[in-house]
Amino acid sequence: MTDPALYPTHGQSVSPPEVTGVPHASPPVDLRERRRLADRDGLLAWLFLLPSVVYIVALVAIPFFLAIAFSFSDVTAGDPSFDWAGLRNYQNVFDDPVFWQSLRNTIVFTAVSMLLIVVLGKVLANILIADFHGKWLVRFLVLLPWTTPVALSTIAWLWLLDSVFSPIDWVLRELGLIDVNMYWLGKPDLAIGSVIVVHVWRLVPLAAVIMMAGLVAIPKDVQEAASVDGAGFWRRMFEITIPLTMPIIAVAALFGAVLTFTDMAVVYVLTRGGPTNSTQVLASWAFFRGIEGGDVGQGAAIALFLFPLLLAAAIAILRAVRRMDVS
Amino acid sequence: MAVVEVRGLRKVFDGGRARRRGSHGRVNAVDGVDLATSEGEYLVLLGPSGCGKTTLLRTIAGLEQPTDGEIWIGGHVVNELPPRARRVAMVFQSYALYPHKTVRANIVFPLKAQGIDKTERAKKTEWAAELLGIGPLLDRRPRQLSGGERQRVALARALVREPSVFLLDEPLSNLDAKLRASARDELKRFQRRVRTTTIYVTHDQVEAMGLGDRIAVMYEGRLRQLGPPVEVYDDPADTFVATFLGSPPMNLVPRDGVLVGFRPEHLLPETLVHGDDRLVVPFQVDRVEHLSGDRHLYGTVRGLGAETRVIARLPVTVTAPVEPGEEHQFAVHADRLRFFDADSGERTEPVSVRTGS
Ligand SMILES: Nc1ncnc2c1ncn2[C@@H]1O[C@H](COP(=O)(O)OP(=O)(O)O)[C@@H](O)[C@H]1O
Ligand SMILES: [Mg+2]
Repeated sequence: MTDPALYPTHGQSVSPPEVTGVPHASPPVDLRERRRLADRDGLLAWLFLLPSVVYIVALVAIPFFLAIAFSFSDVTAGDPSFDWAGLRNYQNVFDDPVFWQSLRNTIVFTAVSMLLIVVLGKVLANILIADFHGKWLVRFLVLLPWTTPVALSTIAWLWLLDSVFSPIDWVLRELGLIDVNMYWLGKPDLAIGSVIVVHVWRLVPLAAVIMMAGLVAIPKDVQEAASVDGAGFWRRMFEITIPLTMPIIAVAALFGAVLTFTDMAVVYVLTRGGPTNSTQVLASWAFFRGIEGGDVGQGAAIALFLFPLLLAAAIAILRAVRRMDVS
Repeated sequence: MAVVEVRGLRKVFDGGRARRRGSHGRVNAVDGVDLATSEGEYLVLLGPSGCGKTTLLRTIAGLEQPTDGEIWIGGHVVNELPPRARRVAMVFQSYALYPHKTVRANIVFPLKAQGIDKTERAKKTEWAAELLGIGPLLDRRPRQLSGGERQRVALARALVREPSVFLLDEPLSNLDAKLRASARDELKRFQRRVRTTTIYVTHDQVEAMGLGDRIAVMYEGRLRQLGPPVEVYDDPADTFVATFLGSPPMNLVPRDGVLVGFRPEHLLPETLVHGDDRLVVPFQVDRVEHLSGDRHLYGTVRGLGAETRVIARLPVTVTAPVEPGEEHQFAVHADRLRFFDADSGERTEPVSVRTGS
């Protein structure tokens, strides 16, 4: 019934190739086309990884093994010759109560900062994705603390928290809330609080940006379905948004923790560990001991203590992320 | 159950950054729609992609704020109410299941939001799962479900709340053809049982004809016609409706400032059309297609007006031989003709058509 002969126009417009006879019809596969570099995933992977491998070896692995070596030696700033010292450095470090205080401070600072960073970062992330007039200005201001160098911004805080000229004190005094200056960095409790505040202030924007990426990735219709289903803001937040962005929140927490844990600039500039070591952390203590005090071996032993703790925290969080089942 | 009504509804999208470049990005997604469902009705919103169906539905649900106009649900203006206060249930085109929750938790979610107690929740979930046959799936995650199963879960989630209105946005468009047919049947039976007012959005005329108590045909943000399927099909209000519905669409032959329209199935071989009011037209057939038993004849008619390419559909019961490349005498009943204004496309009064035979 659909005999092609009945369609005079057909034969002319769409002729089969063998009739018109293209002289050199191309074969179905192009045999000249060999596997190129771009087709070899294995090789390519190595090629792309190489720069970072070199970088990590040069800047992380070598200093790391050097630190291990130093921690078993009697190297000091005055006497750089390497002599085996066994576990003596560790012995000295452990006998020093300041070390234990630093360890405790490090853990407390990290835990409290991480908690605050995650909570405030989450709030800030919600503000960042909200749609309102002048949002670019808010976004710019929010990202500012993160983009300034830590040492620089910490010096600004140093002034804000100055024992005599602190603008914060001035405001509180004008408001009639205090009579005498607070000496933010002069009293142990306030100094601890100040260090934590600066850490949080510095890292909240980073956490917020990370979590913002997670929030943006939630399908809009899922949120809308929830609001049609009768869920208000808080129910959506706790039953939809947070569970769906949990892995991202964990990553933000990890960043917050690692960057607080390893940071020495804030403590160094703000309090130099004082008053009387009440804000001393492992990183700053290692620096004071190893570099300023000149006892490189002990400094290395203290610094190495950061490593297993950090590794344990990172592994715990990454494992949790992997186990999380969203989607 | 409640009546949904929109009055003079308009929704203009500003189109983001185009705002600064004058009126470029402005889209009148919904452009003055008046529409009212009746109690327990299955109303189908039909229109091509981009005509504003989803926008209209989302405005009713409260996910978009109308630029103009009022929305009434159950006798109250709900413009100012947030989605959760409107007691509507919506099934999204993508289903929008909560990916991190099990099917059971998905279905329970709206009940929890309503503050219904635990035993009652379990009972209702059981009931909805039973009704939609998803009992065995309750402990799975959405991604472990097929398209059809997801659709049923989405329906179950909409259903448990016993909403006053169902809003369904192309719920079958993600299913393959076979599943779609059975799901359509299921949907219809299901609505018959629960008798909830339903607004169903689709671009598929077959779905619309099959499901709707009434069909609202939309085009470019405007409502073109509202009526029962038979009426919309037989008496289209304008050329858009005439050509959007029916496959193949209505033939339109220009003649003296009007368009004469007739459905392909009404153009039949002369010998099959009886009565005094028939119009015999010569039909030059140049192509025949066989589609599910029917024959579609493509060709040119003369005599009705200007020479125009038209399509005739011969049902499988018509066995008269029709050879392509030849002219045949075909006929159409005069009362099957519809007339449209050639400029506006609107229906006009019938004009006398004589073909001279
Ligand atoms: N959020 C939006 N912003 C701008 N334009 C939109 C938006 N949503 C829809 N539109 C436009 O409105 C028109 C109608 O869209 P929609 O209601 O989704 O159509 P349908 O559901 O009928 O396919 C389209 O032209 C679309 O591009
Ligand atoms: Mg749509």
